[in-house]
Amino acid sequence: MTAELTAPARGGDPGGPGEHSGPGEHSGRSVPPGASGSPGGAPGPVRPGAPQVLAALEAVRDPELDEPITSLGFVSSCTVSGDGDTQVRLRLPTYFCAPNFAFLMVADAYDVVSAMDGVRAVEVVLEDHFASDAINGGVAARAGFARSFDGEAVGELQELRADFLRKAVMAGTDQVCRPLVAAGVEPPALAEFTLGQAPPSRALERLRQRRSELGLPAGDDAPLLIDPATGASLHSDAVPLHLRRAQTTRVSIEANSGICRGMLRHRYSTAGLGEEDQ
Amino acid sequence: MYEKDGEKYFVVDSHMHYWNAAPDNWVEGAEEYANGWINCFHAYQGLGPPETHWSIEHFQKYSEDDLMKDVFQDGYVDVAIFQPTYLTEWYKEGFNTTERNAALGEKHPGKFIANTRWDPRDGDEGLKTLQRNVERYGSKGVKLYTAEWNNGSRGWKLTDPGAYRYLEACQDLGIKNIHVHKGPTIWPLDKDAFDVSDVDHAATDFQGLNFIVEHVGLPRIEDFCFMATQEPNVYAGLSVVIGGLMYARPKFFAKVMGELLFWVGEDKMTFGSDYGIWEPKWQVEGFVDWDYPGEEFSDYPRLGTAGKKKILGLNAARLYDIEVPAEFRLDAGEGTPAAQDDAQLVSGA
Repeated sequence: MTAELTAPARGGDPGGPGEHSGPGEHSGRSVPPGASGSPGGAPGPVRPGAPQVLAALEAVRDPELDEPITSLGFVSSCTVSGDGDTQVRLRLPTYFCAPNFAFLMVADAYDVVSAMDGVRAVEVVLEDHFASDAINGGVAARAGFARSFDGEAVGELQELRADFLRKAVMAGTDQVCRPLVAAGVEPPALAEFTLGQAPPSRALERLRQRRSELGLPAGDDAPLLIDPATGASLHSDAVPLHLRRAQTTRVSIEANSGICRGMLRHRYSTAGLGEEDQ
Repeated sequence: MYEKDGEKYFVVDSHMHYWNAAPDNWVEGAEEYANGWINCFHAYQGLGPPETHWSIEHFQKYSEDDLMKDVFQDGYVDVAIFQPTYLTEWYKEGFNTTERNAALGEKHPGKFIANTRWDPRDGDEGLKTLQRNVERYGSKGVKLYTAEWNNGSRGWKLTDPGAYRYLEACQDLGIKNIHVHKGPTIWPLDKDAFDVSDVDHAATDFQGLNFIVEHVGLPRIEDFCFMATQEPNVYAGLSVVIGGLMYARPKFFAKVMGELLFWVGEDKMTFGSDYGIWEPKWQVEGFVDWDYPGEEFSDYPRLGTAGKKKILGLNAARLYDIEVPAEFRLDAGEGTPAAQDDAQLVSGA
């Protein structure tokens, strides 16, 4: 038995930009029944199904946009055979999307799926990209970015990833602090806040997670506001500018994400697995 | 010119192209790239209003008549500035070269300004070409692609010593305006194509030059904004910003405009249609009508008629010494100086 999920057709005009699409366009994308689990009654290890693989892929983010590749619509199909052979196909908004970011997403997808119990062989395929062959081959051979682009790329990508994680921390700071300021907290007073004092929210969890990934303090006692480059806490005088920068960073990421979504919709008439409108 | 509600706007399209990306111009063996490139551009056009979309065939190669109609007759543009993109590895005669652009410009005196380009990796030969282009076409500006591949090199920075030689040459030759592509990705590998820190350094070291950052560094407008606010000779080129966001993502467009008005200010923002990706008509009309869509944007600086006149044409006219007829100019004192509070915020940091 092979469980396969493929991208369903979009409801609306494929060229139509996101904000102009009607409500409910992305409904009907639930996982079909019978797409998960191991073959009935057969002994042996429990195999994940395509829905479980898709759920695992939610942990893979576009480093630039700081959003899961699933909700961005980058996963075009996901197939798991009865033996646990898994294939994931990815797609991007343009033929020339930056190969360094593309490489990170393909490699991260490969890693999260490989780590799942019951998965046997893993293949992650990037479609329709000028560097598809180099990336797919390089990830499959676990060669790293520099070796995959022989003679073309001198460095690995961790610094680039960290750079964008710091941006994600700044954007997350805006998400967490904006409601606090709206509720009447004077911005300079935020310098005294700890993460534990901020009201629980998804944005706060996300901010903590991004800070952890950077090795920055993320516990309840850690300051709410820090310089993401150094981890140092902020003086109250520096808070207004810090928040202003956080806001701009968030706008930048969201605007870029908007362009990428628009391009993807123009390029493909089908919605990605797990794609969500922003 | 454009007129609406009794206000007259002088329109300078400071970033547009006249390309040939049809199969007859594809380099043998590089067809995939040539085709991929123009398809990628075509997808950008998909972010504009549906009634302005072209077929891929038309998009690959539009005619001189198409351009004159779309830009000047229908598009309200008074003066258009060609920004060349060579890509000769994929396109036999280049994608849109200084020569191709200037040949069209020479047929229509007063309508076009033909910018040229350089690449520090071309060394002494490139310096000679630059001088020749300035003498022949009167170029007052250049368009630079720091992420462009060249003979095994995957990019460069404005701060490279070789680039400084060219910037010095620009000053000597009378070139005033350096348009730098810092925007949506064009396959950067080694070099980080969006990083704007090299513009920061070059702008400090070359005070006699203006640096117009095209596409405002997307996806890193924050880096661009923090830099531009401190450099008086750095400008925000709005190509792609208006074309790519105003219709498709109006809320993000409003936020990006708000951020740019806050950090950079209306005196240092320039309109560019990016034709033939998008026609100027809908962009000019929409921009003149534009306002923030709702209360949630109340913290951002407002943009009034005077500011729109500056962005659509007067700022670029100043950069390029374009004579603006009196009826389009602002009266003395019209248009407040941009973003004073913001400067305080930054200097207080």
